[in-house]
Amino acid sequence: MSLLRKIRETGRVAEDAPPRPAPAAPPAARRLAGSVQVRCVDAGSCNGCEIEIAAAFGPVYDAERYGARLVASPRHADVALVTGPVTRNMAEPLRRTVAAMPRPRLVMAVGDCALNCGEFAGGHGVEGAVTDVVPVDLRIEGCPPGPERIVAALRAVTGR
Amino acid sequence: MRAIGTAAVAAQVVLVTAGAPLLAGTMRQVRARLEGRAGPGVGQPWRDLRKLLRKEAITPVGTGPAFRLAPLLLVSTTAVVAALVPLASTTTPVSGKADLILVVALLALGTVALALAGLDTGTAFGGMGASRGMTVAALVEPTILLAAVALSIPAGSTNLATIVGDGVRDPVRLASPAGLLATAALAVAVLAETGRLPVDNPSTHLELTMVHEAMVLEYAGPDLALVELGAQMRLAVLLGLLTSLAAPWGIATTASPAALALALVLLTAKVALLGTALAAAEVFWAKLRLFRVPELLAGSFLLALLAVTASYFLTGE
Repeated sequence: MSLLRKIRETGRVAEDAPPRPAPAAPPAARRLAGSVQVRCVDAGSCNGCEIEIAAAFGPVYDAERYGARLVASPRHADVALVTGPVTRNMAEPLRRTVAAMPRPRLVMAVGDCALNCGEFAGGHGVEGAVTDVVPVDLRIEGCPPGPERIVAALRAVTGR
Repeated sequence: MRAIGTAAVAAQVVLVTAGAPLLAGTMRQVRARLEGRAGPGVGQPWRDLRKLLRKEAITPVGTGPAFRLAPLLLVSTTAVVAALVPLASTTTPVSGKADLILVVALLALGTVALALAGLDTGTAFGGMGASRGMTVAALVEPTILLAAVALSIPAGSTNLATIVGDGVRDPVRLASPAGLLATAALAVAVLAETGRLPVDNPSTHLELTMVHEAMVLEYAGPDLALVELGAQMRLAVLLGLLTSLAAPWGIATTASPAALALALVLLTAKVALLGTALAAAEVFWAKLRLFRVPELLAGSFLLALLAVTASYFLTGE
């Protein structure tokens, strides 16, 4: 019963949706039409971006209301959210994950590390940025990028 | 007369197929609201299905016919069940064939097809999901069959149309100890059979906690659309069957268009209400540890056994 009271007192946590961003997504996104399944791949991140992604799908930002949903398998996914510089050990798993996704598929590089290796550039275990391993369709800058940026990028893909 | 019966069967199948994703969307929306989120809207499962149908079909290397046929079998067996069971009308051309044991067997066929598909992928999680799914199914089927026996003793038949028709004519029977116990046993069995909390978590991302999801990890595109539609249809049809058995008021027992229309509206309302209640209840439940699931299902089996005993002693002369 205490949970029931908590639900009633808390009410709605989700913030009001900001205005819809201009659709700047690649043409493949148009065929998804309001439904995007997302698979996260941590290619060697410090987990800062993961925390922001978790916040984007949490109750406050609620990316799910725009039709984006996290899934457990690359076979179910339309978008791969790749974080971190790609380490040598994760380069092949990343290639295989993207290859396992059915077309049309998109790769989103999240965070400065994914875009240009960031702090970890030149590290002995670093293979390179995400774009050196798989073709990247969308970029989200920031170290780490805030949930609102991740949500805006996902909305550009879902078109909602 | 026959035309209206055929129309009733067609209406049941269409309503279940078109309404199942909306039921799933409603349940997700209720859950989202209770969690303080805005939710993606009731139509989201339909948008997901439309998107999946447009995507590329993938047949993973090394998979055989079991993997390819399972989605079709899952959807077609569920559609046959939707045609057979008296959801809206008890006087249809196929109501003579609507045997409860046949319905249980058809649902089991879908479950087994999906488990074989999970094994066919040869992945670790597929096999694990198949083994778990079969464990749950092996514990659920006897419960459903026993509850069916308990319901069929007073009606003198395992035909669903007869059982439901008797319930409409004689509502006191529904509130008898045997009827209540059998309904409670069936409710738990339906939760387990459709992979809801507390047996399985339909929205999990963690492979180690999956049952149903683990079997379908390798499906993509149109095949995944069929698997998702099949799972949603199973939930809709089983909730519909549960309402038909526990609250059959409004089901058409005569072949008149007005009665059929009223029955369809009432069926939609009853299933939507039951789905909303289930989604709201699920917020308060946690998934059971896998080794505790047999205890829950053994409890429901006991209820079914008590129902049979009660119905034997209380209705026998």
